[in-house]
Amino acid sequence: MIEEKSTALKEKSLKKAPTGIAGLDEITYGGLPEGRPILVCGSAGSGKTLLAMEFLVKGARNYGEPGVFVAFEETSEELTENFASLGFDLEDLEAGNRLIIDHIHIDKSEIEETGEYDLEGLFIRLGLAIDSIGARRVALDTLEVLFSGFQNETILRSELRRLFRWLKEKGVTAVVTGERGEASLTRYGLEEYVADCVILLDNRMEEQIATRRLRIVKYRGSKHGTNEYPFLIEEDGISVLPITSLSLEHEASAERISTGIKRLDTMLGDQGCYRGSTILISGTAGTGKTSFAARFCKAACKRGERCLYFAFEESPSQIIRNMRSIGIDLQPYIDSGMMQIDATRPVTYGMEMHLIDIRRSMETFGPDVVVVDPISNLSNAGTDNEVKQMLTRLIDHMKLRNVTVICTSLVDHDSAECVNAQGISSLMDTWIKLRFFESDSELNRGISVIKSRGMEHSNQIREYLLTDNGIEIQDVYLGPAGGLLMGSARAAMEAKELAEAAAQNKAVAQRKRELENKLKSLDAKITALDSEYDKEKEELKRLISEDKLRCEGLEDNKKEIASIRKADTSE
Amino acid sequence: MKSEVQSNEEPASAEPDTLPDQETYILRLYVAGQTRKSLTAFANLKKICEEHLGGRYRIEVIDLLENPQLARGDQILADPTLVRKLPPPIKKIIGDLSNTERVLIGLDLRQME
Repeated sequence: MIEEKSTALKEKSLKKAPTGIAGLDEITYGGLPEGRPILVCGSAGSGKTLLAMEFLVKGARNYGEPGVFVAFEETSEELTENFASLGFDLEDLEAGNRLIIDHIHIDKSEIEETGEYDLEGLFIRLGLAIDSIGARRVALDTLEVLFSGFQNETILRSELRRLFRWLKEKGVTAVVTGERGEASLTRYGLEEYVADCVILLDNRMEEQIATRRLRIVKYRGSKHGTNEYPFLIEEDGISVLPITSLSLEHEASAERISTGIKRLDTMLGDQGCYRGSTILISGTAGTGKTSFAARFCKAACKRGERCLYFAFEESPSQIIRNMRSIGIDLQPYIDSGMMQIDATRPVTYGMEMHLIDIRRSMETFGPDVVVVDPISNLSNAGTDNEVKQMLTRLIDHMKLRNVTVICTSLVDHDSAECVNAQGISSLMDTWIKLRFFESDSELNRGISVIKSRGMEHSNQIREYLLTDNGIEIQDVYLGPAGGLLMGSARAAMEAKELAEAAAQNKAVAQRKRELENKLKSLDAKITALDSEYDKEKEELKRLISEDKLRCEGLEDNKKEIASIRKADTSE
Repeated sequence: MKSEVQSNEEPASAEPDTLPDQETYILRLYVAGQTRKSLTAFANLKKICEEHLGGRYRIEVIDLLENPQLARGDQILADPTLVRKLPPPIKKIIGDLSNTERVLIGLDLRQME
């Protein structure tokens, strides 16, 4: 029952005409109110005409809703030319009866007003245009020209009121543009007549960087995003960026990928980081942030993943050269198209343009790994708040695509690191901190994992070297006081250990030799004894045989004597 | 009223070098249906022309309800609108033409003082 009611209500609720403008449909939850007038106001050059035209063009092209563009300021030819650069072929749309551009020219100097009149001519003209192609959308750009064309404001205002009512009756979705006024939204108070939906465009300069912003001032009968949304005028029209991403619903991958440095993988729970996670490498100048990022890229390319590298400090060739000097050769991957380096100066354009740029590059390149080096440099392109907002959106955008993001962050000095990186650390899944350790008048580099969501990670600070063969994380040597030994202290410790080992080896050899000698001498003794034994044995034998002979001789003698004596023998 | 008309005779007669006698005014009155305003405008126009142009004028009345496509050509927004097609330049007078003075100024029949 309740469900039935809610669906019935839903059917009754406001229908929306999708604008087809990137991002705008998101923040209006579906588009502009169908069949109602919408006021778009903004100062000169804020993009009103473009918004109105894009609404019509997208309507005609994508949603099968023909449109009538009433231009009070520019001629049809001018509009056609201007929009050709945005890829809007107005002539083609006109030829296909999907668009009518009606230029209304008002020259006050050739108009004389005498007595009562109304604007029926405008209604008839508009009505004809709408009916001739069955237009569902109308743009009036900008209606305020009427105020300079006609003197009788009373008539004009009542006619405007009639016009908006008439547009509603016609059931067309009408975008009406108006120049921004001093105290009111529009110079002539058009907002008074358009009660349904008002969009405000703004082009502000902040620290010499221009950012366009869009805000939905009101939208009767619909929820809508209430923030100021930055937008861009790009090659293909307007692109609005919702600041707060609408959801946190990306799938988290359980796949682990290597950082390219075996020992770093070990520090990260033995398996490296998660695919699709965000990794922050922070460190002071010269700690090797870029090297870590480049190493990661190389490993990713080797695995067959595509890497997109946004460099805000160095040119591509400089990065390649520098990385080659530490044994990380990226050139082959660039040549094979596995890797792409996009280098721009952050101050070249505003924050939003960077975001758009990054997004667009991502769309065309389709990376698995994205490096932003360094993310801290982007803060030059906007205020802290803007940077954070942009990064939030950027990271959400990437996470949705399961792209692994490596951001490097330059910090001024170690103590300020927390302050600086805190803004973005909440967006990061893994935070690797590189820093210099000063001891014994040396600077040595140490790496530690501050956090790594969803995995065990090492708590050990490790020393690493940037060598010809890349990044080498060293063995851990603890000093007598328990501190990590680095640099020459570590080398000394290593040497000492080596020396100790050598000494020990020597001692063992010595002892071995001694024992061997002893054995040898024992051997010799055994031989000597053996021979003595043999000698004695020989002697004994001889003695026995001699004795025997002597005994036999005695017997013989006795026998002889007996025979001589003729005496009895003993036998 | 009368004196105004008379005083107009002089510039009109002094004009032949810029406005030859044989030059005909072609006036087009755009209206949207037979409304009170349009009828008033037509009546006012007729009167003014008779008084100031003698026979040197032609009035075309265009009903935009019947020929809406004609609104575009002469850039018609207001109803009623009087367009002086000839002599050039094109002049537009909007409203029911109840202010004769302004109509005359609009038609260049009276010099601005």
